[in-house]
Amino acid sequence: MPAQVVELEIPARAEFVALARLLVSAMASSDTSLPDERIDDLKIAVSEACTNAIEAYAGIDTVERVLVRLRAQHDHLEVNVEDRGEGFDPSTLPDHPPVTDPDRLKFERGLGIPLIRALVDEVEFSSSGGGTAVRIVMWHSDGTGNGQVGA
Amino acid sequence: MELGLDVTERNGYAVLAVHGEVDVYTAPRFRERLIELVSEGKTRIVVDLEGVDFLDSTGLGVLVGGLKRLRSHDGDLSLVCTQSRILKVFEITGLTKVFAIHDSVDAAVAS
Repeated sequence: MPAQVVELEIPARAEFVALARLLVSAMASSDTSLPDERIDDLKIAVSEACTNAIEAYAGIDTVERVLVRLRAQHDHLEVNVEDRGEGFDPSTLPDHPPVTDPDRLKFERGLGIPLIRALVDEVEFSSSGGGTAVRIVMWHSDGTGNGQVGA
Repeated sequence: MELGLDVTERNGYAVLAVHGEVDVYTAPRFRERLIELVSEGKTRIVVDLEGVDFLDSTGLGVLVGGLKRLRSHDGDLSLVCTQSRILKVFEITGLTKVFAIHDSVDAAVAS
């Protein structure tokens, strides 16, 4: 089966993140073998990536957009989220204190990227001064691409 | 996208029942409502997440901020949640150790 690709370009505004989730939901439900629980995980990951993309434009007085591209393959679903903000280096994000440390409550932000990493099978961040691209992959079966359902 | 925020009183607790999706768009309203409750002198708050369809890190941030605010007023914030897909984000981020999470509002207001 050839890859099926759907692209959605949303204004970089908070109210459009739900639309990106809706697209993920529709495509994952109709074209792949992902169970509902994994679709929920993917929706959170895409929501986090879109939120970061929108925040990358914070303070920039422009009408920018965020590109969400979904590619359904026979054994996995790939989602790319791209912005043209100022970019960031995910390896430089501060670690949160342990949850038992009272200082943990000072950190209301910064949970999005750890959530993406925990919820999806593969994630890559490519960032430069010209923007950030997040590539997320969910395999249909066990996260390795082996033994997929219906192969 | 609608976010429902309904407050009731139970056993001296303010119970904030959240309905709908909590994300970067709706989280500010959620945060404002919590701040209003604290401003009104409500320092024992239960946030009921049973009606939440979606919650990401922006929602977690609101809850962490709310707990911090309440503790600075000698208060507390606990949660009601039995949905595995919502509990999962608390487990991944270690926040199950930060919040008291109850199975029901009855259990939360009895504690």
